[in-house]
Amino acid sequence: MPMNVLVCVKRVPATAGQITLTPDAQEIDTRYLGFTISPHEECAVEEAVRMIETHGGSSTVLTLGPEAAVDQLRDAMALGIERAILLETDGREWDPVATAAAIVEAIEAERAAGRSYDLVMFGNESADSAGYQVGVRVAGTLDLPCVTGIKAIEIDQGRAAVRRQTESGWETAEVALPAVLTVKEGLNLPRYPSLPGRLKAKKKEIERITPHWQDGGLEKIRLKLPVQAEHKVEILGKNGDVGAEMVEVFQRLRLL
Amino acid sequence: MILAFIEQVDGAPTLLSLEVLTMAARLARNMDVPLDAVAIGPNGAAARGILTSYRVGTLHLADDLRLAAYAPAAWAHTIAELADRINAKVVIGTASDRGGEVMAHLAARMTLPLAANCTEIVPGDAFIVTRQRWGGSLLEEAHLKGRVKLLTLAPHALTAEASPNRTEVATQTFAPVLDDKDFRVRLIPQVEADSGKISLAQARVVIGGGRGVGSAEGFATLEELADLLGGAVGCSRVVTSLGWRPHADQVGQTGTRIAPDLYIACGISGAIQHMVGCRAAKHILAINTDPTAPIVKQADYAVIGDVQKVLSAVNAEIRRAKSGHERMVTEAPAG
Ligand SMILES: Cc1cc2nc3c(=O)[nH]c(=O)nc-3n(C[C@H](O)[C@H](O)[C@H](O)COP(=O)(O)OP(=O)(O)OC[C@H]3O[C@@H](n4cnc5c(N)ncnc54)[C@H](O)[C@@H]3O)c2cc1C
Ligand SMILES: Nc1ncnc2c1ncn2[C@@H]1O[C@H](COP(=O)(O)O)[C@@H](O)[C@H]1O
Repeated sequence: MPMNVLVCVKRVPATAGQITLTPDAQEIDTRYLGFTISPHEECAVEEAVRMIETHGGSSTVLTLGPEAAVDQLRDAMALGIERAILLETDGREWDPVATAAAIVEAIEAERAAGRSYDLVMFGNESADSAGYQVGVRVAGTLDLPCVTGIKAIEIDQGRAAVRRQTESGWETAEVALPAVLTVKEGLNLPRYPSLPGRLKAKKKEIERITPHWQDGGLEKIRLKLPVQAEHKVEILGKNGDVGAEMVEVFQRLRLL
Repeated sequence: MILAFIEQVDGAPTLLSLEVLTMAARLARNMDVPLDAVAIGPNGAAARGILTSYRVGTLHLADDLRLAAYAPAAWAHTIAELADRINAKVVIGTASDRGGEVMAHLAARMTLPLAANCTEIVPGDAFIVTRQRWGGSLLEEAHLKGRVKLLTLAPHALTAEASPNRTEVATQTFAPVLDDKDFRVRLIPQVEADSGKISLAQARVVIGGGRGVGSAEGFATLEELADLLGGAVGCSRVVTSLGWRPHADQVGQTGTRIAPDLYIACGISGAIQHMVGCRAAKHILAINTDPTAPIVKQADYAVIGDVQKVLSAVNAEIRRAKSGHERMVTEAPAG
């Protein structure tokens, strides 16, 4: 049975070795950084592409963010997502309530235009702000069932059988579509984009909707870096044979 | 009134729930308001004993057989009803998978903001919270508004502290009015057969491999060291993305959080998303060709060199030490 799948992704800086803040401590200094989306969301994108390959239908990627977030939409299209929607902001971050409301508004506008989604996928948490809630809020407002933290999905006859990991094993659930699922990395191993995929994505149109901001009630005052304790590293050796030194460390830590 | 949503296993509150109670008790003292707790699911009443050390006035228990199984929306509906009934001004839960999920449903249902993974909470008309971003590599100070403040507490933001002065805890059972709709999602646990393998999260020693290991086959030396030390093998995200190891082995922000006595990071650069996964390690030993790699600066011990050469040498040395030890044991005169 063909299905319509929507995936929501968020543009975030690809921080690596350390984080530097802007002088006003409002943002991460991104002058020397690239941008990406959360690994969880990458898996959501891959899963959507696979679902359409298996069941037919259509996939859409959506983001709320600045014009530059078009890059992340094109990255998703390079992997096989067909359509992209940008809810364009001035680049300031919206809190989870405002973000969820804007996504709901877009989904309702789509429905009014005759396109309703069988499945809406989110990351379990965004890479940067990690509010652990946008997907659940969207499900709540749209009155759809929602399962979070998913690491396996099987779609069959209008139902989704899902699995997620716990400390002691797994939990399973089954929901009727339409539904909202928030997923975690490990759901699948995302493919790398092909060159033709990239070229095709470059030419695709990006649909735009102007979202309405609202005060969601969680308001950033400033960012700060956690204090790092003073730290000294003991160099056990370079290149040469350090076996004995390492064994001594293991013995000191009572591991041998 | 402050309401703490606690999770319990067979009547014993989880460690994270004790941390939540500790924070909630401090807040209650600060705000000069009483503290109640709610437990949902089987055996909740058995948690009462421990709550006597956390200034809890009443432990609320939900009476609805359907709540025995975990159904996030139904659990949230239950807490929302209770919060209304006791006029709670704050509801605080853990940031565990379950705690976070229920609190998100609660926030959606009550149409209130939710501050997740808080490390500090300063009450006021709007609360000022400090919360974790990027898995804890960055902190955000934020105003949290709303007629009821909803929060989850980051794991180990503080140490759980039982008060030496025990107080009486009443229990009260209430019957929430739940819709069938609340039970559209029910999670059925599947306990996995014990594989006998040491789990990454529990291991005393973890040997982590990154891009510098070179290939999937290159992990053989890490496996060997793990066997020799009785540890588990972990890896970086680059390694899982390349398909060298399964995602279950990944340490970091979107992988597993580990807390071993020793983490041996082999050919791993030490990106912040990796480091948040291993910052609870008591000691870190880095093996890296690059003395300026971020991991080297954050390690307690470092070896500057090629992973394979270093590990082959140390594996041989341990085998030698072990066989020497065995020889001594077998050669020791009897009696
Ligand atoms: C939102 C988000 C979430 C993420 N989550 C995670 C996560 O959960 N876990 C995670 O690990 N990463 C995560 N990442 C990725 C992270 O940013 C890094 O890209 C990744 O950790 C780097 O892996 P690495 O250290 O193996 O590779 P690299 O950064 O390429 O480092 C390889 C290291 O090996 C050394 N080396 C090379 N050859 C040798 C040799 N022969 N012998 C010894 N050393 C050698 C090099 O000097 C270098 O330091 C995440 C990224 C984002 C944006
Ligand atoms: N600005 C955004 N645009 C699109 N999707 C978003 C945005 N922010 C969050 N999301 C989605 O909601 C998930 C959870 O976000 P959060 O509640 O912030 O942890 C993310 O993994 C995304 O899938």
